[in-house]
Amino acid sequence: MSKQTKFPMGIDSKKISGELFTLTYGALVAELLRDLESPLAVNRQLDKMGYNIGLRLADDLLAKNSQIHRCTDMHQVADVLAKVALRSYLGVTAQVSNWNARNDEFSLILESNPLAEFVEVPPELAQDLRQEPCAMIVNDSPGRDDSHYHKYSQILCGAIRGALEMMHMEVQTFIVQEHSQSVEIRVKFIRILQESVPPGDD
Amino acid sequence: MQRVGSGKQGSILDKSLSRGKTEVNFSSFALLFAEMIRYANNRSNTVIDLQDKLLGYGKFVGSRLLDVIVLREKGYRRETKLLNMLMFVKGTIWKNLFNKEADKLERSNDDPCQYLLIEKEPIVNTYISVPKDKGNLNCASFTAGIIEAILEASNFPCKVSAHWHDGTTYIIQFDRLVIARENALLELTR
Repeated sequence: MSKQTKFPMGIDSKKISGELFTLTYGALVAELLRDLESPLAVNRQLDKMGYNIGLRLADDLLAKNSQIHRCTDMHQVADVLAKVALRSYLGVTAQVSNWNARNDEFSLILESNPLAEFVEVPPELAQDLRQEPCAMIVNDSPGRDDSHYHKYSQILCGAIRGALEMMHMEVQTFIVQEHSQSVEIRVKFIRILQESVPPGDD
Repeated sequence: MQRVGSGKQGSILDKSLSRGKTEVNFSSFALLFAEMIRYANNRSNTVIDLQDKLLGYGKFVGSRLLDVIVLREKGYRRETKLLNMLMFVKGTIWKNLFNKEADKLERSNDDPCQYLLIEKEPIVNTYISVPKDKGNLNCASFTAGIIEAILEASNFPCKVSAHWHDGTTYIIQFDRLVIARENALLELTR
């Protein structure tokens, strides 16, 4: 991982200790788990925060990386996400894989998840809570039935969705699977947003 | 691949400790931190509430960082002398977190239990603009929490708070026991 720090980062490439970042995120997740009643609500809040971050990061990314041009298909989008965006902001690169037949859905696989260093999700949160009656009300990642776990890195999904929305692309993002080392994020293209309404702050 | 908690992979304690050289972009941290402040702000009524929450986040971070840094940098040898401990915080801890030392360390003239750690431009305040109605809010409370947790875990009970003075000043108010113990220690070695 340390080899990648030589990547040319544009003008402003101020760095901060990865551990401070990881632990700060940990403090947030711990607080949310205390404040909100269900893992589901925590996932949703993390997603929302990620979305807000994504909206801003998109600008930051384009301003500092002039080599990025307009993407004309999802393969290019996936490339920029995996090779530039994740590398600039988290210091890791992701593998792009599992394209579907229509080429509008792919997986980003992060081999080492910088958010999850030092992290152990307790088994009762990582387990399926579907037995509980309240768990079936909301299913916010359609097509998947395992959305009742606490998803530690959910904020990444929000950030990707927010950033792509700034580029007029509506996508669905969700975590397919995650464990201490790696996380797989599924990104599904929905449509091009024509007239951009300035997105609200939260 | 297996899900968290299932399968035979060992617990996190079986992994070897990373060397901690990973760095992330400052923007990622700044935006995450801003979101945390926004969240804490929505959930608190007063400035004091909000600062307490930030202090709490900081303590969470600090209590986990201490062991890692002490192990890596000092071969798991803890400081027992007050001054050494404070220098350790000012130097090593700051370098690990923010890639620079804190600017100044001072002892208060009128109170032997009070020390001041001064940082001209704390990194956590870089992109935060404080609204007028929250005049004395200082998001460096987060860093204050880190310091407090580190000192307390090293058996120097204290309260740390962040203030706008000379940049940002962290006021470290030690428990009287700490100073008494320190003086007794000095007597012994004399």
